Amino acid sequence: MTWKPRLADGTAPVLVVLVVLLVALAFAGPAYSEPAGYLALLKRAAPLVILAIGQYFVVVSGGFDLSVGSLVTAEVVIAARLISGDDGNTWWVIAVLLGFGVLVGLVNGLITTKLLVPSFIVTLGMLLVLDGAVFLWTGGAPRGALSPSFRVFGRGAVDVPVLGAVPWSVLILLAVLVGAVLFMRGGTGRTLIAVGDNENAVRLAGGRVHRLRLLAFVLSGVLAALAAILLAGFAGVSAQVGQGLEFRAITAVVLGGVLLGGGRGSVVAAAAGALSLEALFSLLNLVGVSGALESAVQGVIIIAAVAYAAHGAGLRRAFKRRAAPALP
Amino acid sequence: MNRKWTVALTSAAVTALALAGCSSDLPDTGSGGTSTTSGAKDAKKSEFFDQAEYERQLKFRSAKGVDLDGENAQFKPWQQALDPKLVDTAKFAKPGGGYHLCFSNASVDNPWRQVGFKTMQEEVKLHPEITKFSVLDAEAKDDKQISDIQSFASQGCSALIVSPNTTATLTPAVEAACKTGVPVIVFDRGVKTNCPVTFIHPIGGFAFGADGAEFLKEKVPSGGKVLALRILPGVDVLEQRWAAANEIFAGSGLKIVGVEFTDGDAAKTKSIVNDYIQREGKIDGVWMDAGATAVAAVEAFQDAGSALPAIVGEDQQDFLRMWAKEKLTAVAPTYPTYQWRTPVIAALRILNGKQVPQEWVLPQPKVTQDTLQNYIKEDMPPLHYAMCGCDQMPGYPAPWK
Repeated sequence: MTWKPRLADGTAPVLVVLVVLLVALAFAGPAYSEPAGYLALLKRAAPLVILAIGQYFVVVSGGFDLSVGSLVTAEVVIAARLISGDDGNTWWVIAVLLGFGVLVGLVNGLITTKLLVPSFIVTLGMLLVLDGAVFLWTGGAPRGALSPSFRVFGRGAVDVPVLGAVPWSVLILLAVLVGAVLFMRGGTGRTLIAVGDNENAVRLAGGRVHRLRLLAFVLSGVLAALAAILLAGFAGVSAQVGQGLEFRAITAVVLGGVLLGGGRGSVVAAAAGALSLEALFSLLNLVGVSGALESAVQGVIIIAAVAYAAHGAGLRRAFKRRAAPALP
Repeated sequence: MNRKWTVALTSAAVTALALAGCSSDLPDTGSGGTSTTSGAKDAKKSEFFDQAEYERQLKFRSAKGVDLDGENAQFKPWQQALDPKLVDTAKFAKPGGGYHLCFSNASVDNPWRQVGFKTMQEEVKLHPEITKFSVLDAEAKDDKQISDIQSFASQGCSALIVSPNTTATLTPAVEAACKTGVPVIVFDRGVKTNCPVTFIHPIGGFAFGADGAEFLKEKVPSGGKVLALRILPGVDVLEQRWAAANEIFAGSGLKIVGVEFTDGDAAKTKSIVNDYIQREGKIDGVWMDAGATAVAAVEAFQDAGSALPAIVGEDQQDFLRMWAKEKLTAVAPTYPTYQWRTPVIAALRILNGKQVPQEWVLPQPKVTQDTLQNYIKEDMPPLHYAMCGCDQMPGYPAPWK
């Protein structure tokens, strides 16, 4: 038996898109002729990629998490307020932030599974609640400041042999990605996809559907917290930091060929989708396309990717059937 | 998951995406924008450029402020007026105190407006003759502000202060308020009518933009590369800032390598600046129409290991501190938050029958290397605006923290 790269259905197209974009970048900007340029791109993209991985868990199990953007904002504002510029506060605040991510994920998950409210509505509500809470608490302007040791994760780099200075955020991203891939190849991960595909089948087979859904939301919440730590480190305090991130994450997941509604798509593809999105924005910027186009491009991508997902699989099947006449 | 659901969910997601696009249309920048929309503009001659107004504003910068009571108010720029044309207010005179001051505020949704509003509240406390101060926050919604102003009509206000959310939409509401016989004071952003007793504002966008551009022209050698970062298009005071800078850069020998919109987002600013550093190799100057993301821009240079450019910021503490710490070549034009004190002062003058300027133009100083240390307040929050004129007020600093 020959070895075949185990790419899930739909992963290949986004990888092709990503490679094309990266090559285009090399032509558009001289900085992308060296690893440093790509490392800078990865560093910038890391928070979005992590968010997309979190979003993937929810989407593939048949839900949506629209609350991640405002969760990121809330986390950044909380971090600034609690740390208030003191290095001594860094570690326990990071623990609090991750804990808050888990909590929000739990609430989203429990309401979805126990009260049977569609996740689209639950997380939309959570988005509004968090937005309102942040505004109420800060009145629109975050107070406090982040400490230098907190910002290291988003700004700093470590020296790695051969590669040179590798940003912390890239290492954290790699760890998350490897963890996510291992998780999805394990039994729980596979059942998670099955839940998105056919919840009843999983239930009849003895799978704990509610627990898996809950887990997906918790993972999304905690990864959003992690993304917030990286973003705050990268760019500093702002009350707008998370605006629109939930849609970027969903766009990234869709671009990765993950089926909205669940049941199909790989986590690697979702991550690649996020990276492609970020590379695309960099490319648009480098070739001098106005920033106003970003939203439009995002919209076109989401529509085109879903259309492809809806028809692409059918076309492929039709092609295969014709190529290989069916056995009786 | 069947096809029907997929379609439903997808269309929902797309709709939501479109809605998100709308809601993030106009993140109010605080720096007093009357948001009249306009088409995209190119970097040539701005439709917002008005030669006469441009010259008037540049001239104002060197004008000496007049204190209306003839006191020496050198250190109280919020009491000064530039080139005032006084109007008579005898018909509004209501001496004796017991005033009920009403304030229709556009919003308090950004640090600039927050610092300003706190300063205004403290100013009110300084005057015991104001016995009631009613405030309605329009939350950046025109329709809410219109009904706010209407509801003040029945509340027995002695004077009405309005900080309009947008220019054109609020004009009829202000005109209606004028007709009730209550003295109306407009400040920060304007309306298209002369009916208010006074309109209070700093010099304006052209002067702000010119302050930064002239600084870069002086500090960046000819042929140097300048990156212009703007928050968002279509807000007239911001457009004026860029129009003035564009005018000054035009004959300067500086090379404008890019004009980009940042949405006031620090992460986006950093990404844009990083891309430009990679593309151009070296950037010698950064011009900004507002300094809220100046720190992020400088950080992009630090993270890329590049030499720090000459930079234009604003009077926010985080930028001023970085300026001192990193020994930046910098200037900070301001849109002073102390202007929030003036409407209260104006209201009391009017109620006492004293004259006020029809257009009360306040001085608009800039922070320079020489005056930097006067404005750094280490114990204040990073987003606090230094030009608040508040540090001598009795309650300082607690309310601003």
